[in-house]
Amino acid sequence: MTMSRRTFVQAAAAGAAAASILPPAAFGQSAAPLTRPIPSSGERIPAVGLGSWITFNVGNDPVRRDECADVIDAFFQAGGRMIDSSPMYGSSQPVIGYGLEKLGGQGKVFSADKVWTSSASDGLKQIERSRGYWGVERFDLVQVHNLVSWEAHLQTLFEMKASGQVRYVGITTSHGRRHDLFERIMRAHPLDFVQFTYNVVDREAENRLLPLAAERGIAVIVNRPFRRGALTQRLEREPLPAWAQVIGAGSWAQLVLKFILSHPAVTVAIPATTRVDHVRENVAAASGVFPDAKMRERMASYVHDL
Amino acid sequence: MMSDWWTYRPEDFLLFSPRTYWRTFELHNEALWPLHILTVAAGLAMVLLILRQPQQGRWIGVLLASLWVFVAWSFLWNRYAAINWLIVYLAPAFALQAFGILVTAFPPGGLTIQRRGVAGWIGLLLAVAGLMFYPLLPFLTGRPWTSAEVFGIAPDPTAIVTLGLLLAAHGRARPFLLVIPLFWCLFSGLTLWTMDDRWFWLPILAAVAVFVALGLRRLTRRPAS
Ligand SMILES: NC(=O)c1ccc[n+]([C@@H]2O[C@H](COP(=O)([O-])OP(=O)(O)OC[C@H]3O[C@@H](n4cnc5c(N)ncnc54)[C@H](OP(=O)(O)O)[C@@H]3O)[C@@H](O)[C@H]2O)c1
Repeated sequence: MTMSRRTFVQAAAAGAAAASILPPAAFGQSAAPLTRPIPSSGERIPAVGLGSWITFNVGNDPVRRDECADVIDAFFQAGGRMIDSSPMYGSSQPVIGYGLEKLGGQGKVFSADKVWTSSASDGLKQIERSRGYWGVERFDLVQVHNLVSWEAHLQTLFEMKASGQVRYVGITTSHGRRHDLFERIMRAHPLDFVQFTYNVVDREAENRLLPLAAERGIAVIVNRPFRRGALTQRLEREPLPAWAQVIGAGSWAQLVLKFILSHPAVTVAIPATTRVDHVRENVAAASGVFPDAKMRERMASYVHDL
Repeated sequence: MMSDWWTYRPEDFLLFSPRTYWRTFELHNEALWPLHILTVAAGLAMVLLILRQPQQGRWIGVLLASLWVFVAWSFLWNRYAAINWLIVYLAPAFALQAFGILVTAFPPGGLTIQRRGVAGWIGLLLAVAGLMFYPLLPFLTGRPWTSAEVFGIAPDPTAIVTLGLLLAAHGRARPFLLVIPLFWCLFSGLTLWTMDDRWFWLPILAAVAVFVALGLRRLTRRPAS
């Protein structure tokens, strides 16, 4: 649901009234999260996923592995599905595999992994190894990580898709890296997904990548929604503005996620976290009301001026 | 490793949180305790004996080489590599260092270690710092003391003590033996820096001390030549 300016003002009053009766942190108790369609298939997917860079790279430490499994459990319980990882992320893949095994989560997860090797011929082997770590029958999505050897890997992935070994194919980049090439690949190949960085302060993607994804019918995964945590840490030093209630954001993290998800071309945002309360808070951001275009501009300039 | 490596920044390669990094040391220490007492005692014994009289490098070489292999296997390969895939490529360098030390120390006169000269003194000071000061770092930095880095158990103090002893050593192969521990100190400093650790400069300082000591040795030698 998006809001016009008038409804925004009306909702502001209602929101302020509601704020006095709602418990302050009702994260995780909200309705099922918003889902968005994957344009190439029409399949719907919950709009907040779970990243795993750094947060799930805990090695063989059994205590930390269980903590990660708790995060995955809370994620599924809140209604989340997409988990994103890569062979670049150290032990994250086996740690996800451990969590899925422990929770019996193989059937719930939308598995989004990557291929990341400069050797064209190693791609298949690497994907197979990654699949083994996850313990899934097949990956839902495999993306070419940061466009490394993208031509060869895309060919492999399209062949895998044709033979049913993987359901969707994508490419990724982050923090503004190689957007020109990224755009060219988006134009030239039948991609199901693209993944790049987008948030209330890193808005470069609004110029070309997001509109192009919408035009070409490619699903968009947004990485680094919180600038690796630097954005939430910075914002948490400021009081949450009163108007955050109006768009249903109970925290800065939710406000940032609502900004991202309210872009019509975005399919899923994938914040990473080590904390059960944060994962609940993040998935809960994908429900309730969302800001409209005008409100989005106000949000961006508010954050910019802080 | 990648064709577009220049578009990466150091922090892109930081794959773990500081919490996970230090936890690796905690688990490692827990598994090996009380071996720490032995390794530090061995280190101190080396320094004390060198202070008393010049030592033939053989037994020191065997000891150091064993500790390099031990750290490579027990810490780098079995623990650190699980959270940092770069280590898979670096652990063999530790084994190579052990091999280098052995090969250098064995032939007669291969390595003589003594306290003579400014480099020797700086070296022994560095070794003592690696042995005694490094394990105390958690008390300064506020992390759990169980994450202490100890000579012969963790890579940084092992590299630093080795650098110190090598500074006090004489022998033609010595410069080659400095390369891997120096590289490790820089690598470790860079890792800590990407982790936003305020003490990232410590291993780098150790590397700088080596260059300063070598420079001073040159300067002090020149008038005699
Ligand atoms: N090129 C690529 O393909 C690429 C590049 C970058 C990222 N990615 C993917 O995108 C994912 C997300 O990006 P990222 O991990 O770099 O950064 P991010 O999601 O922007 O930030 C993660 C940080 O945000 C904090 N956080 C999470 N939820 C929070 C909340 N509700 N309130 C306050 N803080 C919160 C986490 O700390 P706590 O643990 O304390 O919650 C964590 O440190 C990655 O994990 C990865 O899967 C892909």
